[in-house]
Amino acid sequence: MSYATSLRCRKCGGEYPLQAVNLCDFCFSPLDVAYDYKSISKQISRQAISSGPNSMWRYQDLLPVDGPVVDIGTGFTPLTKCDTLARELGLEQLYIKNDCLNPTYSFKDRAVSVAITKARELGFHTIACASTGNLAASVAAHAAKAGLQAYVFIPADIETGKVVGTAVYGPTLFAVQGSYDKVNVLCHRLAETYNWGFININLRPYYAEGSKTLGYEIAEQLNWRSPDCIVAPSASGLLFTRIWKGLNELSMLGLIEPVNTHMHLVQAAGSSPIVNAFRAGALHVHPVEPHTIAKSIAVGNPADGYYALKAVRESGGTAAAVSDEEIIAGMKLLARTEGIFAETAGGVVIAGLKNMVRSGEIKRDDLTVACITAAGLKTQEVVSDVVQPIVIQPTLESFQESVEMSRTAAAEVR
Amino acid sequence: MSKRRVMFTFPPERIEEPVIYLLGHQFGVVTNIRRADVTENKGWVVLELEGTDENIDRGIAWVAAKGIRVDSASGDAVEG
Repeated sequence: MSYATSLRCRKCGGEYPLQAVNLCDFCFSPLDVAYDYKSISKQISRQAISSGPNSMWRYQDLLPVDGPVVDIGTGFTPLTKCDTLARELGLEQLYIKNDCLNPTYSFKDRAVSVAITKARELGFHTIACASTGNLAASVAAHAAKAGLQAYVFIPADIETGKVVGTAVYGPTLFAVQGSYDKVNVLCHRLAETYNWGFININLRPYYAEGSKTLGYEIAEQLNWRSPDCIVAPSASGLLFTRIWKGLNELSMLGLIEPVNTHMHLVQAAGSSPIVNAFRAGALHVHPVEPHTIAKSIAVGNPADGYYALKAVRESGGTAAAVSDEEIIAGMKLLARTEGIFAETAGGVVIAGLKNMVRSGEIKRDDLTVACITAAGLKTQEVVSDVVQPIVIQPTLESFQESVEMSRTAAAEVR
Repeated sequence: MSKRRVMFTFPPERIEEPVIYLLGHQFGVVTNIRRADVTENKGWVVLELEGTDENIDRGIAWVAAKGIRVDSASGDAVEG
């Protein structure tokens, strides 16, 4: 049984039933799921959670769904201690929360698993989303599992290879010709016109809640404590705000001590509306037109931007942007030191983390968790220059000669 | 008749113009402001537009042509 009680406007507090609606009718601000925490606190315990499934659904009491869930094995991804990268950056305790290891290789599976479960409860037969990659794959996979019709809209200029990981699940795929803005406008019109569960529009309050599980897992995997610092990327701001909400819920329910985590937000410099607002000391996030290689976090008008900014400030964190060159260097550094191949958003996190340690915003002895949200195979073209094989003939002599030459070359460089 | 929830972001040089009044007057669109913050440097307004699809489309194109950014009030629909 779900403990969700209503949808509540985050700005004016207006309450709505648990239906497929994402904006307050009065002030047009986003709606958030409200819960009966008093009842949850009587039910929940560390032990009960720990004895649950090895997936995000071990936290089902804190999610807004009833009945059977649409689960393809998402969550409880590794929290890996990263000593080599820590040494390189000048940290004593660094962990990577590795969400590359979700079923469709990104954290979106957390959000989509909840949203599609709710869509089925609400009686939708068709679900839809607009995406440049990660969300599309996750929606298509979960729809396949749930037996729902999926309409996935992608910008027409995306390379075919990038959508294989979506098309394989059998959705109806639409490639929309026109600019990023035009695709946005179309999708909002579609959501108004058709009775679909649009994953990140009318189902957004439920979609958002799935992301909280990343925060829960970090705390549980640290033996029920909240870290000193979390570094996470931000696109719409949804994941960032929900990690913060997740930690605070655990604290409110007495499962962890009061949260004293500094939430550090990173964006790509070519799409950094939240960072711009943070630096300007502004309350409002002004939209921008995104231009960055980090396509998965290139959102110019972030739906949760204001709330992500609020989480940064409430937690005493910071917000920083990194260049495309720093993103690539960050991807390579993570792969080279820890054997984790992250996509561009992961490069944003590692580059941002590096800068924050250098500037002293993250201190050497801070227990720090960096969130890697999707796998590198999705954006491997940006680091394709690493492929420089030594070409040899199929003989032992040729191999030995090449090895000798490369040793000599390496010695000369030193 | 359709309704569309949008956010206008004004550059400094357009702040003193009665853009929302003219949008309603010239394009037959009913404008209904819900949230706003306007200073001498920048301004944003979240509002609902009600009218025929054609009039709303023409009105939005006219606003955008003035250098005013027009976005959905609920954020971008396209995600990574």
